[in-house]
Amino acid sequence: MSALLQLSGIRAAHEGITVLHGVDLSVAAGQVVALLGPNGAGKTTTLRVAAGVHPAASGRLLMGGRDVTGVGPQDLARAGVCLIPEGRGIFPNLSVRDNLLMMTFTGRSREEIEDVAFARFPILAQRASQAAGTLSGGEQQMLALARGLATDPAVLLLDELSMGLAPLVVANLYEQVAEIARQGVAVLVVEQFAAAVLGIADHAAVLVRGRIERQGRPDSGFRTDLSALYLGSPT
Amino acid sequence: MEQLLTFGIVGLSTAAIYAVIGSGLVLTYVTTGVFNFAHGAAGMLAAFCYWQLTVGWGWPVPVGLAVVLLVLAPGFGLAVERVLMRPVQHLGEAERLVMTVALLSGAIAVARWIWDPNVARPLTVFFADREPFHIGPVTVTWHQALTMAVAVAVAAGLWFLLNRTRTGAEMRATVDDRGLVQLTGADPLRAGRVAWMLSTQLAALGGILIAPTVALDASQLSLLIVSAYTAAVFGWLRSLPLTFIGAVVVGCLESYLTGYLPQNEYLPGLRLAAPALLLFIALLVFRHRRLRGRDRRLVRVPVPSLRGTAVFAASTVAFGLVLATVLSDADLVTYGPLFSLGIIALSYVPLAGYAGQISLCQLSIAGIGAVVWGHLGAQGQLWALGAAVLVSAAVGALIAVPALRFSGVYLALGTAAFAVVLDRWIFTLPSFEVFGVRIALFDQGSVEVSGPNLFGLRLDGTAELLVFASVWLALASLGVAVLRRGRFGRRLIALRDSEAAYATLGGNLLVAKVAVFALSAGIAGLGGALYGMQHRTVTAEQFNLVAGLPIFLVAVIGGLGAVGNGLFAGTAFVGPHVLTGLVSWGHNLVSVMPALAGMGLAHSPEGIVSRFRREWEPLGRDRIALPALLVGLALGWGLRLGDVINGWTFLVWAYVLGEGLRRYAAARQTADPAEPEIPVEWWGLRRPWRADDREVLARGIAGG
Amino acid sequence: MALLEVSGVTVAFGGNRALDDVGMSAEQGRITGLIGPNGAGKSTLFDVVSGLRRPSSGRVRLGGREVTRLGPARRSRHGLARTFQRLELFGRLSVRDNLLVAAELGPERRQAEHCVARIIDQLGLAEVADSPADTLPTGVGRLVEVGRALAVRPTLLLLDEPAAGQDGEETERFATLLRSLADDGMAVVLVEHDMGLVMSVCDEVHVLDLGKVIAVGPPEVIRNDETVLAAYLGDA
Repeated sequence: MSALLQLSGIRAAHEGITVLHGVDLSVAAGQVVALLGPNGAGKTTTLRVAAGVHPAASGRLLMGGRDVTGVGPQDLARAGVCLIPEGRGIFPNLSVRDNLLMMTFTGRSREEIEDVAFARFPILAQRASQAAGTLSGGEQQMLALARGLATDPAVLLLDELSMGLAPLVVANLYEQVAEIARQGVAVLVVEQFAAAVLGIADHAAVLVRGRIERQGRPDSGFRTDLSALYLGSPT
Repeated sequence: MEQLLTFGIVGLSTAAIYAVIGSGLVLTYVTTGVFNFAHGAAGMLAAFCYWQLTVGWGWPVPVGLAVVLLVLAPGFGLAVERVLMRPVQHLGEAERLVMTVALLSGAIAVARWIWDPNVARPLTVFFADREPFHIGPVTVTWHQALTMAVAVAVAAGLWFLLNRTRTGAEMRATVDDRGLVQLTGADPLRAGRVAWMLSTQLAALGGILIAPTVALDASQLSLLIVSAYTAAVFGWLRSLPLTFIGAVVVGCLESYLTGYLPQNEYLPGLRLAAPALLLFIALLVFRHRRLRGRDRRLVRVPVPSLRGTAVFAASTVAFGLVLATVLSDADLVTYGPLFSLGIIALSYVPLAGYAGQISLCQLSIAGIGAVVWGHLGAQGQLWALGAAVLVSAAVGALIAVPALRFSGVYLALGTAAFAVVLDRWIFTLPSFEVFGVRIALFDQGSVEVSGPNLFGLRLDGTAELLVFASVWLALASLGVAVLRRGRFGRRLIALRDSEAAYATLGGNLLVAKVAVFALSAGIAGLGGALYGMQHRTVTAEQFNLVAGLPIFLVAVIGGLGAVGNGLFAGTAFVGPHVLTGLVSWGHNLVSVMPALAGMGLAHSPEGIVSRFRREWEPLGRDRIALPALLVGLALGWGLRLGDVINGWTFLVWAYVLGEGLRRYAAARQTADPAEPEIPVEWWGLRRPWRADDREVLARGIAGG
Repeated sequence: MALLEVSGVTVAFGGNRALDDVGMSAEQGRITGLIGPNGAGKSTLFDVVSGLRRPSSGRVRLGGREVTRLGPARRSRHGLARTFQRLELFGRLSVRDNLLVAAELGPERRQAEHCVARIIDQLGLAEVADSPADTLPTGVGRLVEVGRALAVRPTLLLLDEPAAGQDGEETERFATLLRSLADDGMAVVLVEHDMGLVMSVCDEVHVLDLGKVIAVGPPEVIRNDETVLAAYLGDA
């Protein structure tokens, strides 16, 4: 499978300190890649580099084989990169409908967006005129995810979708993510809660202190390694 | 009953204008995070342009209206966004605030330059030739009806724009989360541009509607905005419907105060001050949240060395002595206030520089100092100077108590409101008695101020008072330097940098804030008393809000964290007056300069004083250049006193000598290779280079 | 008796409960770990204990005294000090002045300079003592916050991710420091993501998940607790 999104040798610094020391990752169309690791490992920074929000100090970012290193977030968004940032992928003071309207800048019409979003998440249709900030956490993430679903992106970048949500809700959301990937989208997921995403991931990578320490198929050996990493159990 | 309704109609039509202006204010604040102090000034300029086109040049009214509202206003808004606001967008809230204050001050100065304030410019109301119509017992003029209709149309239009269009959604989304807007492929800059154009149009509309009913006066029109501010504060600066309700409350209150306030000599000022008073109350009542995000950069607060400050203080007094002996009597009047204004500017250093509290009423407090000295120190008793400082400090503490609830823009707004209350009401009061004590202010006119009596030596000449003020500026600068080095200074900086940490360490925010307000008000009061002495008589206008803005701006560009700011601000404020003699429009240029300088803040956010210090420090440490400079200056001074050379020659000599020796000293210092060489890999890192980093770096490079 | 006792604390933001009936305690001479996945409510609990946030219900007792209604400054006088996850340094002041502000507010204000010199020495901050705090790397900044908290001579110290940004060697040194503080009788509460550090220094660990305490026990028990592992890995 050829990579749709490719990071090669990405180094990045935050407040003068290097947080990524040469990260290599590639995601093919239709594939879900999970990027796991403890807090402060640089997972979010990796996603932000991929979306053009954070500058890379060195290394290259490729999309569909084209070098897009240094391209701004607005232009990457229009080129089909969709980043749903941690915890707040929505505009809390805008109504659900206006949040959907804000998804039309990448080319799709309002009607198309609403059709897709409401069909997939019927609860959003019921809450259409409610301010997004008053929705429950799960509904807010549904709305955020609707952008990844309805704007028809080529690459979907998800940051901690599960933050503060009950496991059942998380499992539901990741079902939708798998569905998005099946439509041919390259999905890169950053997660602290490994279990939910490992179920749907085709490939997983573990980032520790800015370096990818392990990657491969998310089998049971992977899980054992992770618990050692998280709770400091003897390996 | 009929009267009640009539005043109601007047109130509603005023309210309509406030609503139009206020909604523009809300629009820019929510979309760009800028609270635009110059919003009213934009309306003022629009009213003047409209007068120029339709009356001055006799263009037809519709053409004039179209040009102002559809061409000039949006163009101005666009220019402000592009030229002034975008460079400071990444700086803190304080810098953005300074930009709009500079714009306000500059717009007033420019308007006075172009349109001579001594010429009356009547504007007729719209539909003046039509008979007013009646609704029941109430008479409504067509102008009033038009105003209300415009407000309704604006409300409907804004509602439609914000809630029914994608551009509107983009604007509201930008408020919520600028970063996320970019991720959706939308453009936050475009939202900002639309907001600036639209809000300037709204300001212009309001300005043109209100100008016919009040005098066409630059500062008065710009400050009408106070009422619109109040309306906007009713809507927490965010909600348009609440802003409209706020406008109705303010408009009707003003109208009913006009109608029903009893006639006596104490109260007419209250009516004029009512909007500001209401603004102050509204700020207290409507709890406000700050927009997301902390100030990323704060004014640096260098630690002055005691020796350096002592040298600086001595130079200040020497400078005073030289000026006193070199300047002619007429020039002394022009340049005399240098040191007293410097003290007022210095009062910003602990308050705004250290504690981060932006106050726009320091000059008003200086006015109080001047009045107290004028009354109590009529015979020049020195204790009265102490009294002036104490009374000013007490007023400062009084402001601090409500001001504790404000921060950032809201504090600036609250202190501006306080200054307006003083200008329009308190300072205009005749003398009154409180608990048997007669309190006199400006006695509804001017107050005589005499010089001090120094143990039998009466200082009355302009030159003597100049030296006297220079000594006080030197002492005050020393005092602020000691403060910065001491416990209290540290605490002020700490509480500004993190209130949460300061509180959890056991610090008392209330005490520290009240103390710094009192302290800086005391300094300002001292400056005011000295300023009064040099002018011999003072009037309330010398201390009003608009007069105080340039001093604030000059202090900001000097660098609010620097102790040397007093001397800098004083010099920078009166120095440009050398231009007045050269060209006829010189004094207009001088009054625009502080605003222009303030607008240049983005290029030198650390302040000019720090740069000066960096450039001149080598000279101060040089064992050859410094004595050479002192001898050279003494020589020039001697020649001037002996009338061998004139003042200009001396000035040029001092400049050439100083600049030449500075370059010489700087060159000598760089020739001295004492500093270790810093490897190229370390460039851009903020931690200073240390010798043992070399090994780390070598390992890093080797490990690659 | 426990120095810090938190009981039944609930904090609600809108409809969400950031903390739901949380209880915990900390004792003198012991290090209590507080762990949990991101967004579990650890920092919110610190805010409640230090007085920066009022709980919707519940009580906080310090040394047997009810302090739920006291402000942060008053609680500091009862011996409480803390650090912050998002650094709250006095950025424009030098490291020395950061500590000095604290020392001058604490019980050792008469020997403030002396106290500060001792802490700078203890934490190895001598090299950066005169740098403005906002020019420091985050790891060093966290250490300065610890030093600043120590300068008020607390009996209860709340540390919010103090070791983030430190390398292995620095973390080890930090662990030694924590042990020596506890041995001197201080009660330490530690929020930390570095499990190696938590498991090696803590006497007891509380685990928060979604605003609730899901497990309490010594590190070796917590480490093998299935509920805790499930919370971290997000198992249903």
